[in-house]
Amino acid sequence: MAEQDWKTNKRVFAAVSLPTLFWIILFFLVPMAIVWLYSFGENKGLTEIDISGTLDNYKRATEWLYLTIFGKSFAVAALVTLICLIIGFPVAMAITFASEKWRPWLLLGIMLPFWTNLLIRTYALMMLLGTQGFANKGLGALWESASWIKTLVGLQPLPTWEPVQLLFNNFAVVFGLVYVHLPFMVLPLYAALDRLDRSLIEASLDLGAGHFRTIMRIVVPLAAPGIVAGVMITLIPALGAYLTPDLMGGTDSQMIANVIERQFKKANDWPFGAALSFLLIYAMFALIAIQSMRKKVPEVR
Amino acid sequence: MALFARTPVAPLEYSRTLWMRLWVGAVMVFLYAPLVVLMIFSFNDSKRNVVWRGFTTKYYEKAIGNDQLVEALLNSLTIAALATIASLVLGAVAAVMLWRFRFPLKSAIDGTISLPIIVPEICLGVAFLMFFAAVDWPTDLVWPFNLGAITIAHITFCFPFVTMVVRSRLATFNREQEEAAKDLGASEWQVFRDVLIPHIKPALVAGALLSFTLSLDDFVITYFTSGPDTITFPVKVYSMVRFSVTPEVNAASTLLILLTVALTFVALKLQGLKAIAETH
Repeated sequence: MAEQDWKTNKRVFAAVSLPTLFWIILFFLVPMAIVWLYSFGENKGLTEIDISGTLDNYKRATEWLYLTIFGKSFAVAALVTLICLIIGFPVAMAITFASEKWRPWLLLGIMLPFWTNLLIRTYALMMLLGTQGFANKGLGALWESASWIKTLVGLQPLPTWEPVQLLFNNFAVVFGLVYVHLPFMVLPLYAALDRLDRSLIEASLDLGAGHFRTIMRIVVPLAAPGIVAGVMITLIPALGAYLTPDLMGGTDSQMIANVIERQFKKANDWPFGAALSFLLIYAMFALIAIQSMRKKVPEVR
Repeated sequence: MALFARTPVAPLEYSRTLWMRLWVGAVMVFLYAPLVVLMIFSFNDSKRNVVWRGFTTKYYEKAIGNDQLVEALLNSLTIAALATIASLVLGAVAAVMLWRFRFPLKSAIDGTISLPIIVPEICLGVAFLMFFAAVDWPTDLVWPFNLGAITIAHITFCFPFVTMVVRSRLATFNREQEEAAKDLGASEWQVFRDVLIPHIKPALVAGALLSFTLSLDDFVITYFTSGPDTITFPVKVYSMVRFSVTPEVNAASTLLILLTVALTFVALKLQGLKAIAETH
């Protein structure tokens, strides 16, 4: 059905457009513009910032130290996304092909953590992963039993169990980000798989392809838009994650968001923080541009 | 279990195969075990949160007796309620605008409205910090006006989600209903209130739940926008987690988790799980 031209009903158009435009301009575009302007500024004294049009902040952001942090953030976010995809894809498949009775409950099971407070979830994970936490105790028990089995078959027992450091390192950051972002991945995957024409899968199975081959050759290509959506929905927040690396990471697992925060809360270098923020936003735009380019490829063929 | 299946597993019943069930079960344990342990240990009679020393509710009394924590929770709930109401109105109106009209710069405006979803939280937080500093936003107002800055920030990142869910719901609206209502003499406002709103109600419930939980959940943006005297629940818990891990945090967290679960079930009662799941 055709959309109405705004001129045919100006009164209604004004009623629906003015509040939206007012809000998005005043409370989104103006703040973003301020950050953008400040990124070309320099500190003059303690509180004064002079917007002089300098590019020094961006030059400083290309220093080796910051480049490695950007690179590391990308690597961590990509790894987290990949792990979420591997863990989440079978879950989405299971939900899609579950019985009518079970499907809503499985969905609820995935959505409830999504609605639960991020900080609380991070804190809960920290409790488990601590040196005295259950994860360590579980690993310790496994170790003990492995040692016991070895003595049973007449081998030297393993050395006594030392609690491993599961928290405050890069492992903890990846683990925490996977924990937090898994529902983000499963929901769009499910949405894509649910729309799939099942007769195509049946045809593939009937024609002799195995389940694995059917999934790789039929399901994955057909669900590609959903997979890309899931990847983006996971990758983007993981790239800008602040809380998980801050609370669960060590001194060497700072991600880009932590560096930005430091410019505002500790180093008091707003222009540099603003420049870093905009570099992060540009990175997001680049990712989205790549995604929309990918989308166009099948249409060309 | 597939082991005990009475009927043979059909090819497409992936969820009935054993390894699939194990996988889903393991993922559910992974998602819920930390939360369950956190909730159990909120009843633990020990200062250090590691060994079970017996049942107590004293940390709940402590959490409820902690004025700062209660104030922070009240602040958070107030902000979430205000942000949800405003986001519903703004989000629905924006969705109607994008769905109904053709106007200059439409795709640019459409893109801009969804930008707050894409821009990283930290960048939005920085933007609001600078914006409120630049306009000299007063920080010493009386409650609830001191929550204004945080509420504004929350509305900005919540309403695009409402727009998104309402828009996908509007796509299934049959415009003939609208025309019929108009033929029968309904005014624009009556059509909106009696025809359009009932149709988008599931999306509004889902959008409200989404806004409320997003607002209640937000730490980063609030951390940058809150003045020295206004704390919200996540900001308070953050400082507690940062400096000391006590069962008090567990108790407070448990209360918030229960609140989230209760809210979810209220939304489900209102709308049914399927409708909410579909709008996601």
